[in-house]
Amino acid sequence: MTRTDVRRCRPHPLAHTPTPMLVGAPRRSRLTRAAVAAGRLAARASRAAGFGGQMIAGRVALVVSPGCLTDLAAARRIVLVSGTNGKTTTTAMVAAALRTAGEVATNATGANMLDGLTTALMTSSARNVVAEIDELYLPEAVAQTSPAALALLNLSRDQLDRTGEIRHTADRLRRLAAECPRLTLIANCDDPYVVYIAEAFARVVWVGAGISRCYDADTCPLCSYRLAVTADPAGADWACRRCGLRRPTPDWQLAPVPQRPEGAQSDARTLIPSEGAPLPLSLRLPGAVNFANAAMAVVTADALGVPPAQAARSLADIRDAAGRYLLVRWHGHDVRLLLAKNPASWATTLDLLAEQDAPVVIAVNAGQADGRDTSWLYDVGFERLAGRTVVACGQRAADLGVRLGYAGVTHVTHPDPLAAVQRLPAGPVTVIADYTSFARLRRRLGEGGHDG
Amino acid sequence: MTVESRLRIAIVLPDLLGTYGDRGNALVLAERWRARGGDAEIVDATTDRILPRSCDIYVIGGGEDVAEAEAARLLAGAGLADAVNRGAAILAVCAGLQILGRSMSDGRGRRRAGLGLLDITSHPGQRRSIGEVLARCDADLGLADGVLTGFENHRGRTVRGPSARPLARVSIGTGNGDGTDGAVSGRIVATYLHGPVLARNPALADHMLTRVCGHPLPAIDPGSITALRAGVIAAAHREARARRRLGGRLQLRRWNNPGVPARGMRA
Repeated sequence: MTRTDVRRCRPHPLAHTPTPMLVGAPRRSRLTRAAVAAGRLAARASRAAGFGGQMIAGRVALVVSPGCLTDLAAARRIVLVSGTNGKTTTTAMVAAALRTAGEVATNATGANMLDGLTTALMTSSARNVVAEIDELYLPEAVAQTSPAALALLNLSRDQLDRTGEIRHTADRLRRLAAECPRLTLIANCDDPYVVYIAEAFARVVWVGAGISRCYDADTCPLCSYRLAVTADPAGADWACRRCGLRRPTPDWQLAPVPQRPEGAQSDARTLIPSEGAPLPLSLRLPGAVNFANAAMAVVTADALGVPPAQAARSLADIRDAAGRYLLVRWHGHDVRLLLAKNPASWATTLDLLAEQDAPVVIAVNAGQADGRDTSWLYDVGFERLAGRTVVACGQRAADLGVRLGYAGVTHVTHPDPLAAVQRLPAGPVTVIADYTSFARLRRRLGEGGHDG
Repeated sequence: MTVESRLRIAIVLPDLLGTYGDRGNALVLAERWRARGGDAEIVDATTDRILPRSCDIYVIGGGEDVAEAEAARLLAGAGLADAVNRGAAILAVCAGLQILGRSMSDGRGRRRAGLGLLDITSHPGQRRSIGEVLARCDADLGLADGVLTGFENHRGRTVRGPSARPLARVSIGTGNGDGTDGAVSGRIVATYLHGPVLARNPALADHMLTRVCGHPLPAIDPGSITALRAGVIAAAHREARARRRLGGRLQLRRWNNPGVPARGMRA
């Protein structure tokens, strides 16, 4: 992104957008109206105190009336997006696609627990709702909102101290099938855990969107036998030769653009339906992982009646999702903000980092919302950063520093990622943060960021 | 062995038992050996290949119930006992610890035979233990720094038989569940601690290397590990204080999990 592009985004893209007026639809029950009013009051107080109002509004409303989510969701078309990685970006994409057909309510800030979902439903009365939801809260969200569609992107290890075993999560999601026979599931058939879950559902649209393969995807989710994986031009096929779980034939397949003419746009893909013409995809968002997100979004939009070509056009110009991938000019640096918080998201991030050689600032807080155990740092191939300028930051900078040391990556350690950026020579810098450091970075860049 | 010879480290079944970054233990061993001028090789002994017999150190990590059962099945008769008799060392973490024992039972009460390399049996406890652990290592191991730090995340409780000595006495956290953590027998060291445990406790890593090479190793530690240890030890004390406080015990579940009925709360 050039400096002019940033100027076009004014007011500053990271600045807090005021929460729209909270809407309590008149048809709701008295208790729900009271809950919404209480939530609205709490959000106002929270903003006056200098905090966001995205979670507190829904949280207070749910404490006042636990049933208000069901009431607020009634008579609306709800689309949920879930998975370990890519939720926020894919949600932004589905929302953009659905917006081509009308107003959409969404939790665009990444507040993805039941409170964030409730806030999204409180703040807009739009009939169409697109919301990302944390995979742990997905069973409750589905039970309480009866969604029309659910996009399930991927499932891998994340925040093990909070989430427990990935297989346990998968089993809980699988059990949803019996509760919602009318739900359309848009499922990534390249992820064995997603297939294990989606198999149980009656209405599934399979998308060959690809995943970043890590050890979670090496053995069968059902029986732990090593999966047989064969590389195929149209995506890696996999099967368990013991229990028979295998990759379903995709209804849509994401594929590289065949025989790219010289000089053509390099970062483009096609989305090939089982019937009909291939659909070209091109994105402003970087990285192969965002084509996977885009494929899932376009197919989800298609399932909701938005023509795929129209959906694909609507998301081509998305530049960031709640700050993820955002380019911001800060004290003479062009800072690219990335969020990575587990081995799978780091694998895609390292691919992205390999495309340029800008200095890398990594912030790891490992707070309550991130998962306090930093062991996963040793499942990330930081060795690939050897030879680059690397700064280890965040509350767990020491843990990260030791990991980088054992990876042979020369680095310096600094607690504050923005101070670390400032010490680097002017020019591009990539900042990669875990969840809580990312939220803090966005707040600080929003307050202190400028075009200098 | 001498520093001149090549140290071979096997990561045992990383595609089943690699849930908590435990492969980092192998990396730490290899890098600390290299830092002393030695040559080291890490072998990924995945489920689709035969366990190499000739490695010097075998590192076994943590995993989920189904993966643990599958790993125990694959490792029965795979030659780990022979390797130990030949002089190899084993570091086993969490599920790896349980597999090395006489038997273990899973969440549904199914009992499975372990490899019998350690005189321990494991069974599920009442609740999952998650958090920072602080422990003091068995003084007979002669660690340069006997304070062990780690992060535990398990439901298993382990009972030691007469021939298994505990690796450490726990001051904060659960470990085996009886005030001790892990087990030591000859060249086998087993623990519930992740972190990875050798990244957080370089003295234990050097102990493993010393057992294999048979002579003491020069100290090498960079300051960053000191900072890491100070940070996580402080975190363990903070967590312990929070647990002792009344507020910590009376967690406002409705506030922290709004809209989730009690049956939906996680164990």
